[in-house]
Amino acid sequence: MDIYLPIAEVSIDVFILLGLGGAVGFLTGVFGVGGGFLLTPLLIFIGIPPTVAVASSANQLVGASVSGVLVHWRRGNVDFKMGYVLLVGGLAGSVFGVWIFTLLKQLGQIELAISLCYVVLLGTLGSLMMVESIYTQLRLHRPGVRRRKLHQHNWMHGLPLKARFRRSKLYISALLPIGLGFVVGVFSAILGIGGGFIMVPAMIYMLGMPTAVVPGTSLLQIIFVAANVTLLQAYTNRTVDAVLALVLLVGGVIGARIGSRFGTRLRGDQLRLLLALLVLAVAAKLAFDLTVRPSDPYSIAWEKT
Amino acid sequence: MSRCSAIMYPASDRTCARPSRLADRTSSWHFQLMALILFWAAPARAEALVADLTNHLIAITTGFTGASVVLFGAIDGPGDVAVVVRGPDREMAVRRKSRIAGIWVNSQEVIFANVPSFYFVAASRPLEEIVSPATAAFYRLGVTNLEMKPEGMTPPQVAEEFITALVRTQQRARLFPNSVSKVSFIGERLFRTTIEFPSNVPTGTYLVQVFLVRAKDVVGGQTTPLVVSKVGIDADVFGFAGRQPAVYGAIAVVIAMVAGWLASLPFRSA
Repeated sequence: MDIYLPIAEVSIDVFILLGLGGAVGFLTGVFGVGGGFLLTPLLIFIGIPPTVAVASSANQLVGASVSGVLVHWRRGNVDFKMGYVLLVGGLAGSVFGVWIFTLLKQLGQIELAISLCYVVLLGTLGSLMMVESIYTQLRLHRPGVRRRKLHQHNWMHGLPLKARFRRSKLYISALLPIGLGFVVGVFSAILGIGGGFIMVPAMIYMLGMPTAVVPGTSLLQIIFVAANVTLLQAYTNRTVDAVLALVLLVGGVIGARIGSRFGTRLRGDQLRLLLALLVLAVAAKLAFDLTVRPSDPYSIAWEKT
Repeated sequence: MSRCSAIMYPASDRTCARPSRLADRTSSWHFQLMALILFWAAPARAEALVADLTNHLIAITTGFTGASVVLFGAIDGPGDVAVVVRGPDREMAVRRKSRIAGIWVNSQEVIFANVPSFYFVAASRPLEEIVSPATAAFYRLGVTNLEMKPEGMTPPQVAEEFITALVRTQQRARLFPNSVSKVSFIGERLFRTTIEFPSNVPTGTYLVQVFLVRAKDVVGGQTTPLVVSKVGIDADVFGFAGRQPAVYGAIAVVIAMVAGWLASLPFRSA
């Protein structure tokens, strides 16, 4: 059954979209990441214009992170103060990101920029996760390894504007979360992702936050950053397809339920290895598409009048 | 009255109801003389040809998979017919990728100001047999005569390459024709042709031009508008997103938030 997407201006089988939303929701349930980094490339693969795919993914993300935060909030795993500080940087970053997006679109380089960012981000992250999970697999069989220190002191602790984050048991410079929020906000606007896959490792390894409060806090600020991106994209580029976002959300909810049941049966390190393989596969596919000779080197685009 | 008599059956009052009534009231010879004058003058007049479409509105709805419209009409004597359908002109950027550091990057861009968003051409015989090249160029008959001019300073050779690529891409999207369609005649005077619109047809007001061709020149013609429009809820969403982008964005965010909240509900009860 085809559904006509009013902004994307294409007809796509509604079950493909539900399936896609479901598959990404499944991953969210299993791995606890937003899955936005997979959703946008997959939407592009099935023929949604990249600009619409990015903007509508941000729209879908608002809904997905609201439901995620509510679940974590009930368990008391949200550091609101940290979330708001991250948000200051995130909002500034997303305004800057949408500005870059508009500029690249006018230059005709937006599709290249989206693909390149994905290859670099997913490639780096996938490799790091791969190395980390192989390392833990090996270490499991050698008991008695030394415990890591809670966190190391380095240049980051010399920065001004120190603030206390009670829920995260941290006393660090507010510039750190603001800067992190900014970087994630920029990527969020250009790539249509929540940035959980950058944010979560950075919160654990860079800020030194306890793992339990990381997902909830990350999702909290993603709600606002994604909402801001959606508004700005709708206003500046008119590329938000609310119908597409809603269909993806419906699929996502069903997928997340199935995924979270499945996730409890797997071990943590196995999950991370699987996720690393998945991330690397997406990066490899995108990198391959960039280097392969296009069937027609020419492309056309209507100029908006 | 004059139109009916001039085009179809100039001297017959049996098939033209209105002139015959008029002729009864006034004098019969008066009407017949007038019809005769009109008939002789006909080749120079636009009324030498009439045509119409089976449908003047193409409505794009949720399940739209393309449409076909039949154009039919009649001419007042022997001759050939050519048909051109043009979508609204728009500005188009054509870009060429080249390999830079191992990856394919858009490296060259040419802007064309007046590209028809849709183009269709049909003729009763091959175009080169019925019109001179100058006439074909003047009336934009055939994809090679679309007169798309690049903006700024572009060397003619480069412009030529980009126009070829533009036409090829539009043909692949089924928005430009691969060949000239057939206008078929039923007898000597009645003609018809079918115009196919793909599912990705651009919206706007189209112009359907029908030309009567004699001795390699256009001697008559008629222009009919055709509207391609989104209708129903999709059109409302699209229109609203364009007119009130800020409100549309806000609504999209609120809908997503409510959907997310609803999605989290069963988790709470569990």
